[in-house]
Amino acid sequence: MAEPLLRVRDLAIEFDTQYGTVRAVDGVSFDVYPEETVGLVGESGCGKTVTGLSLLGLIPKPPGRIAAGSIEFGGRDLATASEEELRKIRGSEISMIFQEPMTALNPVFTIGNQMADVLARHKGLTNSQARTEAIEMLARVGIPSPARRVDEYPHQLSGGQRQRVMIAMALSCNPKLLIADEPTTALDVTTQAQVLEQINKLQEEFRMAVILITHDLGVVAETCQRAMVMYCGKVAEQAPIAELFAQPRHPYTAGLLSSIPRIREDRPEHLPIIAGRVPDLLHLPAGCRFAARCERALDRCQTEQPELGEQTASAACFNPVPL
Amino acid sequence: MSSPLLQVEELRKYFPIRGGLLRGVKAQVKAVDGVSLVLQPGQTYGLVGESGCGKSTLGRSIIRLYEPTAGKVILDGADITHLSRKEMLPYRERMQMIFQDPYASLSPRRTVSQTLREPLDIHNKGDRNTRDKRVRELLDVVGMSQRALNRYPHEFSGGQRQRIGIARALALNPRLIIADEPVSALDVSVQSQVLNLVADLQREHGIAFLFIAHDLAVIQHVSDRIGVMYLGKIVEATDSRTLYASPKHPYTRALLSAIPLPEPGRKRSRIVLGGDVPSPANPPSGCPFHPRCPDAMDRCRTEIPAPRELGTPAAPHEVSCHLYD
Repeated sequence: MAEPLLRVRDLAIEFDTQYGTVRAVDGVSFDVYPEETVGLVGESGCGKTVTGLSLLGLIPKPPGRIAAGSIEFGGRDLATASEEELRKIRGSEISMIFQEPMTALNPVFTIGNQMADVLARHKGLTNSQARTEAIEMLARVGIPSPARRVDEYPHQLSGGQRQRVMIAMALSCNPKLLIADEPTTALDVTTQAQVLEQINKLQEEFRMAVILITHDLGVVAETCQRAMVMYCGKVAEQAPIAELFAQPRHPYTAGLLSSIPRIREDRPEHLPIIAGRVPDLLHLPAGCRFAARCERALDRCQTEQPELGEQTASAACFNPVPL
Repeated sequence: MSSPLLQVEELRKYFPIRGGLLRGVKAQVKAVDGVSLVLQPGQTYGLVGESGCGKSTLGRSIIRLYEPTAGKVILDGADITHLSRKEMLPYRERMQMIFQDPYASLSPRRTVSQTLREPLDIHNKGDRNTRDKRVRELLDVVGMSQRALNRYPHEFSGGQRQRIGIARALALNPRLIIADEPVSALDVSVQSQVLNLVADLQREHGIAFLFIAHDLAVIQHVSDRIGVMYLGKIVEATDSRTLYASPKHPYTRALLSAIPLPEPGRKRSRIVLGGDVPSPANPPSGCPFHPRCPDAMDRCRTEIPAPRELGTPAAPHEVSCHLYD
């Protein structure tokens, strides 16, 4: 296998709150290889977005900070890199797109202006060169009549088109890694289908790696090669997609998969559920964080924290679902 | 067949767009444009569609949070479309609403107990003791602990807040609940908990639901009948099983095929629609779906398709599409 593009080790991210320090991400390790799509899945508050933000030094400090761990990318450690170094990497080597394209775009500048800014900063293009390039990028992400759209403001575009503009901007410097944080969550299903198709197509064209952060297991199944399931600040399970969906080992993954409402021929009287709720990050249990909701929990799970193995498919669980 | 609980006939809700010097009405947004539906007691009608299709406006017009522009809303045989606030009061008791955002639909300054008591107070139900008892009962029904009584909404998670919203809707023993995207703000594991609760309530209390959602999988789980909305109109309506087994309208087919499935490696022929939903202020001529429709014909551009009955009287299946003329 090739060298990983990104190597995250024992990442811990903390936030100071008025009730005390919260560790939102606790000991997360993973690799991302060139040109692959990795899913980072989990429910709200599991730490998936914070993990994504930390890779680009976008954790608001204070109150947040990277408390431990390393993020190796291109021979540097982004966890300790200076703001100036990070600025050079953002948008050129690693790009990010967000859930809400309306808040991620600046409402008072035209699309073209905002795109030209990125191009001028990282590629040193002149205004007219940047404009030509911006129009070309808009065409590549499937915006109709890009030469006209380039002079429009974000509010003149629909949600799906704004997300395409974000993607065009993110890809304009040909990054090696794209972090997509819930890129289609705010979109309707028919638009979501368009945008996901576009991301897949562009990934091949641009030969980049993608970290797709989402809560939607359907989206992961259709776009990723492998995925990590996060629960309460830790990776509960990681596996290639086919294995993860066919034979989830962690009881949380299994519960999550079975509780998705899906179209069935015969609908059950009750949907399977995961009882209980996610523990409060301020009052974490001593053992496995899922133990209180877990049907397979052993005595040991109440006191000891299970570790995730190094293998490509592994679950942080003392009593995984049998194969 | 029993007489219907709710009948909606050719309901329209237009919002004026004002502008110019005298703030005259320049145009209309036809958010709901001639919708008819029938809901039997104890059943669930699922209303599905993408953002801006008018499904929430329809729900709010039925419960008279918006004044309908035209058409009729008939509850239990009585036309409630034009009742005054006061006349409406006894009908409000039978018809309640659950909202999408459990963070916005509960007052942050009221304890759970105050929130749940309010409908009882307004409608003058029983004395102080029976009201207290009812409030406790309601918490039980939605599966919450009595300790919640004196807490404020911010102390609860999204799923629990939604339970409080449901408890409030149940306070007056309504016969109909309009649920506007009640689970779309919730995580999947919590979503299924709330959906199960809704199913239980329906079975035990015989409440009818008008369940509004954009998620076809959620809608299937709860609905007996389903109406698919596009740009202010119901384009296809039938029973839940038929809709998923043999969808007829090209839009329904596209919607179904666009759902990402949690089954990797399963290849489907996906219909990816081009373009975006047009603005309801300036809808296309003819069939509202024609600019995005893979099967559009010449007449679709000029003629608005009328609803056609493709099913049987026992299993109606209404579709508004020229393909079936």
